[in-house]
Amino acid sequence: MTDYKISAKGVQVYYGDNHAIKDVNVDIEDKTVTAFIGPSGCGKSTFLRTLNRMNDTIDICRVEGDILIDGEDIYDPAVDPVQLRAKVGMVFQKPNPFPKSIYDNVAYGPKIHGLARNKAELDEIVEKSLRKAAIWDEAKDRLNAPGTGLSGGQQQRLCIARAIATAPEVLLMDEPCSALDPIATAQVEELIDELRQSFSVVIVTHSMQQAARVSQKTAFFHLGNLVEYGETDKIFTNPEDSRTESYISGRIG
Amino acid sequence: MTDLSSTEPATHRSLKVADARTKKRNAAEKRFRAYGIVAIAIGGLFLLALTYNILKAGLPAFTQYVVELEVTLTQDEFDAAESQMLKTAAYTDIFIGNFEANLEERGVEVPYDGDAIERLLGKVGGDIRSYYRENLDDIGQPVTFQLQTSSRVEGYFKGRVNRDTIVDSRFLMGSDLDIVDALRDAGVLTSRFNWAFVTGTDSGVDNPGGAGIGASAIGSFFMMLVVLFLSLPIGVAASIYLEEFAPKNRLTDLVEVNISNLAAVPSIVFGILGLSVFIQFAHLPQSAPLVGGLVLTLMTLPTIIISTRASLKSVPPSIRDAALGIGASKMQSVFHHVLPLAMPGILTGTIIGLAQALGETAPLLLIGMVGFVAREYPDGVVSGFMDPNSAMPAQIYTWAARADVGFYEKAWGGIIILLIFLLLMNALAIFLRKKFERRW
Repeated sequence: MTDYKISAKGVQVYYGDNHAIKDVNVDIEDKTVTAFIGPSGCGKSTFLRTLNRMNDTIDICRVEGDILIDGEDIYDPAVDPVQLRAKVGMVFQKPNPFPKSIYDNVAYGPKIHGLARNKAELDEIVEKSLRKAAIWDEAKDRLNAPGTGLSGGQQQRLCIARAIATAPEVLLMDEPCSALDPIATAQVEELIDELRQSFSVVIVTHSMQQAARVSQKTAFFHLGNLVEYGETDKIFTNPEDSRTESYISGRIG
Repeated sequence: MTDLSSTEPATHRSLKVADARTKKRNAAEKRFRAYGIVAIAIGGLFLLALTYNILKAGLPAFTQYVVELEVTLTQDEFDAAESQMLKTAAYTDIFIGNFEANLEERGVEVPYDGDAIERLLGKVGGDIRSYYRENLDDIGQPVTFQLQTSSRVEGYFKGRVNRDTIVDSRFLMGSDLDIVDALRDAGVLTSRFNWAFVTGTDSGVDNPGGAGIGASAIGSFFMMLVVLFLSLPIGVAASIYLEEFAPKNRLTDLVEVNISNLAAVPSIVFGILGLSVFIQFAHLPQSAPLVGGLVLTLMTLPTIIISTRASLKSVPPSIRDAALGIGASKMQSVFHHVLPLAMPGILTGTIIGLAQALGETAPLLLIGMVGFVAREYPDGVVSGFMDPNSAMPAQIYTWAARADVGFYEKAWGGIIILLIFLLLMNALAIFLRKKFERRW
């Protein structure tokens, strides 16, 4: 059990009366990229958001079952979601930099978590994060320019830099490329592959090609059920479930 | 599937000729635009008429007519006057002596007597005596006195009194107007900007010439301080709690509905609330700017809460997600990210609320700030809050209600000053909004 970074057991999610996630069991490995695929409304984003308790902000949302990260139940009453989110970072569908400078965008997380003792250390974290997110070269001369002035792809990489600046162990990405053009998408995908060295990455995507390109493991969701979970190669070449096959070949979804 | 490409279109229509339907739609649009322009034009017309009226009636309040006279009082004259029984009469004689000499010097020949001087300039002897008693060092030195003319004389210059309709009375005789004209032609009687109106205190009901709005402007200022420092923190804190933290349930729904309703409650209701709670129950002083400020705070709070909540709502949720996603607490996400983005809206709402409160008269009626004659400035900050005072709109209301026609122009002049304050506040609101506005 402790071999897995995240293990979800019998997870149910309800939005009011709507049963959005039905009994999902999944084990996510460390230092791998796991892709969640499935048609719109299948619950993959919902499930992703349960992994860092972002669903807590939705009043009517209710989560049952166990989600363990490093063997600890993250829904335990003793767990502070704020601490959890520092450990499990998130990148959103639409690039959402703060309307502040590029530097402040990245430095904000380390600042509130007290990761830097002085300005020099903070500078170092900012540079390291921007380098890791492959945006350092474009941003280094304009660290004081507003983050919102960057192009869409640059903004998304800035958001990734911001997420990794707090030194998370898991990085959740909710359709990070859906608002980006193919070139920016390629850059972000390349980045995801590099990030795998340091983090466990979970990515929700609508693009099956993307899932095939970047992930080692793939989970297929349909109508709130986890239909199939396994090696990406196997899911795409030899799926066990007929629904997976239909989705991958474009007949449903 | 039917093959549409095989069927020929019935008729060929040129794009250059508008069909009936298009014509109709275009006409409708043109009509709508015309309605809009007419509506705006009517509004503009009313605004122009209002501005013209206010300026026409109010600007004379800023002009004052004074008689300028240089007087040199010797020590002997001073001692002689002070030893007399009727001291002010003695000073009046000294004044008339100087006045006569002055007129002779300028070659003005006009018959007058002491009574006429009193009708024109009031009790000059008293004015001169009190000046010298306070400034003993000036005895023997030439001193230029600027003596304000009586309100009837001002009325003559401003067109309220004219020769055809004047009725001789103890206030003004028809013959006095000859003196006035002669003095003006000689340059003894001049007009100047009436600073006393802007900075002065209110006068009694029989002296419109001496009335100023300064003291009540100070009253308004202290009230606005109370409103600002109570309603801004309370309003913003309440909105942040309701918008970001409070659970959405029946109770908060009820609170929300009530806040919206409170914004529509007539202001006089807040006045009666203030009277019963702050004055009758808490025994705070009547007519005090503190109480006025508290009442206006109650009135302003809903406005501030509604505008603050609207601007908090308009901050994109993605910013909140972004902050929460990197492990900021709810409070950090609100104070570091949401609030700065909502700031322009909050400030605009606050200033508009303050401007509304600044012009409010009805609640002040009930707590005694209307009708109070603000004859003195407050002595200090505590006195500014606690001592009875008036407020600008209340002062205007008081003047408008007084019988003497001289107060009419004072009321309009007061409105000009009030409007200047409101314009300044709105300009500040626009400035702050532009300064804090950020795009994302």
